[in-house]
Amino acid sequence: MPILIDNKTKVIVQGITGREGQFHAQAMRAYGTTILAGTTPGKGGQEVDGIPVFDSVADAKDELPALNASIIFVPARFAADAAAEALDAGLRVVTVITEHIPVHNEMRFIELARRQNSYIIGPNTPGIITPGQCKLGIMPAHVFKPGRVGLISRSGTLTYEVAASLTEAGFGQSTAIGLGGDPIVGMSFVDALKLFEEDEKTDATVLIGEIGGSAEEEAAVYIKDHVSKPVIAYIAGRSAPKGKRMGHAGAIVSGKTGTADGKIKALKKAGATVIARPIDVDETLQKIL
Amino acid sequence: MRLFEYEAKEAFRQAGIPLPPSGLATTPEEAEKITSELASPVVVKVQILAGGRGKAGGIKFAATASEAKTVAADLLQMTIHDHPVHRVLIEKQLDIQQEIYLGITIDRSRRRAVVICSGMGGVDIEQVAEEHPEKIARLWVDPILGLRDFEARQVVKDAGFDGRLMLQISGILLKLWQVFVQNDGELTEINPLIVTKEGEVLAADARLNVDDNALFRHKALAERVSAGISERTELEQRAQKLGMTYVELEGNIGIIGNGAGLVMATMDAVKYYGGAPANFLDVGGGATADRMHQALDIVLSHPDVKAVFINILGGITRCDEMAQGIVEAQKTLPRKVPIVIRMIGTREKEGAEILEKAHIPFLNSMDAAAQRVVDQTQKEG
Repeated sequence: MPILIDNKTKVIVQGITGREGQFHAQAMRAYGTTILAGTTPGKGGQEVDGIPVFDSVADAKDELPALNASIIFVPARFAADAAAEALDAGLRVVTVITEHIPVHNEMRFIELARRQNSYIIGPNTPGIITPGQCKLGIMPAHVFKPGRVGLISRSGTLTYEVAASLTEAGFGQSTAIGLGGDPIVGMSFVDALKLFEEDEKTDATVLIGEIGGSAEEEAAVYIKDHVSKPVIAYIAGRSAPKGKRMGHAGAIVSGKTGTADGKIKALKKAGATVIARPIDVDETLQKIL
Repeated sequence: MRLFEYEAKEAFRQAGIPLPPSGLATTPEEAEKITSELASPVVVKVQILAGGRGKAGGIKFAATASEAKTVAADLLQMTIHDHPVHRVLIEKQLDIQQEIYLGITIDRSRRRAVVICSGMGGVDIEQVAEEHPEKIARLWVDPILGLRDFEARQVVKDAGFDGRLMLQISGILLKLWQVFVQNDGELTEINPLIVTKEGEVLAADARLNVDDNALFRHKALAERVSAGISERTELEQRAQKLGMTYVELEGNIGIIGNGAGLVMATMDAVKYYGGAPANFLDVGGGATADRMHQALDIVLSHPDVKAVFINILGGITRCDEMAQGIVEAQKTLPRKVPIVIRMIGTREKEGAEILEKAHIPFLNSMDAAAQRVVDQTQKEG
């Protein structure tokens, strides 16, 4: 099976009565995602486009024990609580779309997830999609097609850019995951690489990194020792100056850490193929596969 | 956001961290008065929202009140790294026995706060980490449990302190942890923490960076930022108020895109083909025509911009909205420069029609567009 989500995934949408929550619940359902429930505290008993709304994730889980994944559209100051609530109800995959959550709150719910072996995807992510089966996110679905290339990215629009290109070239994607643009995120490149390595539907992985932090360097260490499938990597922000946040809160070169050069060197040394432009992904895959 | 030293020290004071006696001056006369009240030689420090003030001559010593007045008059006329000096902090000089480093920041890869303690304070801690890694002790804090007393003692002990001094420093560390948590710190630092010849331990400097995303919990700071007092330039603040990210760089090509990763890749493409970005604006997801209009206005307010590259990848963002914004903006823009557009994705066809009607050319390939915009600026000389 593909990784983390498939046609058996049963989703609850937290914040379903809000503008974003309602719009994307509809779009996900139109794609084929099974959405069983939504939450908004104080609106339990209502319905949104035929989806029952509950006051809490626990209430929904009592009635619908099959629920196993959540997607969060709750405003930033309440989103950390929503994530903790989903974890407390025992959901295994929790996707946090919300941007601008305070980092101290993020650290706490990410630690909660780690303790119970659940996955937090994001925050500040476009989500995750297994084309043709399940979309748990806000990405434009038409750029994705079922295929055998795993896609992991810290950026939303660059994911679409590369996915569109993979789709056009006929490769498609097994699963595509947006890790999120914040300095602290739940799921890491290493977590995703591990799942793609074990997944028999994935032949190769494309990793889209960017400046800031050391997630790509850690991925390189992991690739060297544990990944047998080909990895193609692109790093955005080669031309970024030091000390400036380049749009994503996490994209900042501080001191000597987080530079594009450091990441590219580490990935090359680990055996990944590093491309200079997103459009080079197709040609490179053609050579490898 | 970065706090002024005197603001960080106020947070320290509230947490009970011992500080040298001090006063804040905005005029040379105030500096004189504060120094005579302190009745001691003083250090006079510029208060700016940038690092490296010591090397730039922003820290001076004065033995008397009249000397402090002269020194303050000089410092209050300075501009350091584009930051004009409006205030100086006057502090009693200390009899230094030892300088210690104590800091808390967030370790992104471990997703935890990390406490850093070293007996080699008063210098750049990154340099110490590189040259004498054995002189630095670290401790990662469980985000749910917080920093516990015995852990604080352990990390200070690991840095080479024992006895009474270990207890003094770990006591200050626990208070610094309170500062970090209560203020939603991204970074807080005492460098140096001074041990005086009399055996007192005092925070001579103070740094505190607060998470921008948590400003709703810190009203006074939020008000300061909205009053325009922050480390950002005027255009960066204008973009921030609109919820967009704007970054100033050093070249002559303005870049607008939707999504941080895409804008970074656009910037890299411009560099790849021999150009240099002047600035960078991310309009974010789901932007409207009006926002695109404002984005162009901000980017063109930078005098160095000779051409603009707009890169739109429609997802939640719709190409027709973006095209409409570009057409409207072109009618009112403060000055005319070549604009190169790359646009694909949601409502691409509708967007294309709008641009064609207005005789604005556009491309589908990011690389072709990058080449075109670089050519445009080189033609302009």
